[in-house]
Amino acid sequence: MTTASATPLIAVSELAARYGHIHALHPTSLYVAPGEFVTILGPNGAGKTTLLRAITRLIASSGHITFNGRDVTGLKTHQLAELGIIMAPEGRGLFGDMTVRENLVLGAFKAKPGELSGRLDKVFTLFPRLHERLDQIASSMSGGEQQMLAVGRALMADPKLLILDEPSLGLAPRVASEILSTLGLLNKEGLGILLVEQKAPLALKLAQRVYILSSGSIQAELPTNQIKSYHDLARYYFH
Amino acid sequence: MTSPAITSTRPTIKFDRISVILWIGAAVLFAGVFAYGGYLITVMQLAMIYGVFCIGLNFFMGYTGQASFGQNAFAAIGGYGTAILCVQYNMEPVLALVTSMVVAGVAALVVGYPTLRLRGHYLAMATFALGLITYDISVQWTSLTQGYMGYAGIPPLGIGSYTIEDERMKLVCLTVLALIGLWISQRLRNSRFGRALRAISGSEPGAAALGIKISRYKLIAFVIAALYASASGSLFAHTVGFISPEVFGLHMVVVTFTMLYVGGVGTIAGPLVGAIVASLLPEIVRSTGRFQDVAYAAILLLMLIFAPKGLYAVGDLFRSRKVDKPETRA
Repeated sequence: MTTASATPLIAVSELAARYGHIHALHPTSLYVAPGEFVTILGPNGAGKTTLLRAITRLIASSGHITFNGRDVTGLKTHQLAELGIIMAPEGRGLFGDMTVRENLVLGAFKAKPGELSGRLDKVFTLFPRLHERLDQIASSMSGGEQQMLAVGRALMADPKLLILDEPSLGLAPRVASEILSTLGLLNKEGLGILLVEQKAPLALKLAQRVYILSSGSIQAELPTNQIKSYHDLARYYFH
Repeated sequence: MTSPAITSTRPTIKFDRISVILWIGAAVLFAGVFAYGGYLITVMQLAMIYGVFCIGLNFFMGYTGQASFGQNAFAAIGGYGTAILCVQYNMEPVLALVTSMVVAGVAALVVGYPTLRLRGHYLAMATFALGLITYDISVQWTSLTQGYMGYAGIPPLGIGSYTIEDERMKLVCLTVLALIGLWISQRLRNSRFGRALRAISGSEPGAAALGIKISRYKLIAFVIAALYASASGSLFAHTVGFISPEVFGLHMVVVTFTMLYVGGVGTIAGPLVGAIVASLLPEIVRSTGRFQDVAYAAILLLMLIFAPKGLYAVGDLFRSRKVDKPETRA
């Protein structure tokens, strides 16, 4: 099992964010070890998306962030992306009027031309359906295909840490399971993953550790193998 | 390994029936204007000049999805730059045009850097103020601009002893320049740079999350739009031979917006199509006499209602209907 003693892939310390006068995220600390799959669970309005947006600097926040031992607190979103912190946002964040091909190529925006082909091959291996729909406009695809594209585009950036915000949202259980299983495969290959998810059973199958967020604060940090039943989680949800 | 055909995002040119009809229509229109001559030549010359302006504006408003009401300021820099350099300093027209573009580009860089930190309506208002300030300068700084009197005697385009005096040749020259501007726009739109602009238009946070430096790309798009605007200002000066502050005033903002949206904002050829249609339309409705403004406005409104993505996108509508037919599916 991964422990905090090794240099974490990402370590967030006392991270806080607010919208106007409302404290959406109270000072929060968490970490993801190299090659670890960590899930953040919590009810609606718990501050999960705010936490991810604060980590990736999409909103202003206070606190400290280190990535591979380097202080990245002052960096902007695009600089974090260059380091390998890539987020697939809630709602997929696709460029709807562009084709699948254009979306994927945009994912590799910082890649050298020679690297593009290999990365596309990897994505097509994971999601063959994207290969079939290369010239289709992204917004015209089904929800499941769009989510595959969102994950595929994030993978095109060759992430060191992949951050996903509710990738199963609005998807049929079978499709959601398929996408989350793919994330499990990627994690086995050594990719660090930080996943925000409401579908606890699916997420807990894959993750090594879970943080439970409620009312803008982390209520618990648990190794998933210590969670005997979902009732264990409920008391943290309704803190 | 994935083939280059898959990694390339450059669209292949499709000569389908709709494209062929459009090209034939454009050729017939130009042939008719050439044959008819007279005032229509002047109308088409101005359409090409405005077309250059709109192709540039499309970089900032169409591809990047930002609002600017102040690009007329850079057209004024181009127009007055050319006029002053040619009339006062006897500079070659082409050199004056290029020099004015450089000045406009630097001005856009200096003005755009702080201004583009604003978003949405605030950016629109700031750029609007830029246009108003430039207009006031062109009126008040009479020692430089000759104020309301304007600048006359600006030489026509030409290189060395060869000058383009003939009105038909001027139209040919302007059309070639507009097509070059269109070609550059098409190449850039489908490049890595163009995809970054379109990603910003789609979602700024989404683009930043992929490593795109938003502020830099917005500024580059703003400068490109300024370069095009400056070129159109210079071309106007060389074509008409006279400029005054009114040429680059609020009327230009309204007209170019109309052209951009009628043709299709964000499309490649839409700005040029819009410039031609919005320039010819007043001549077509002139026969309605005192109702011509009403007729002009009514037709524009109908276009915007029934072709909200612009006239250039109407072709895509027919294409998609054709694809939707079951018998044409693979």
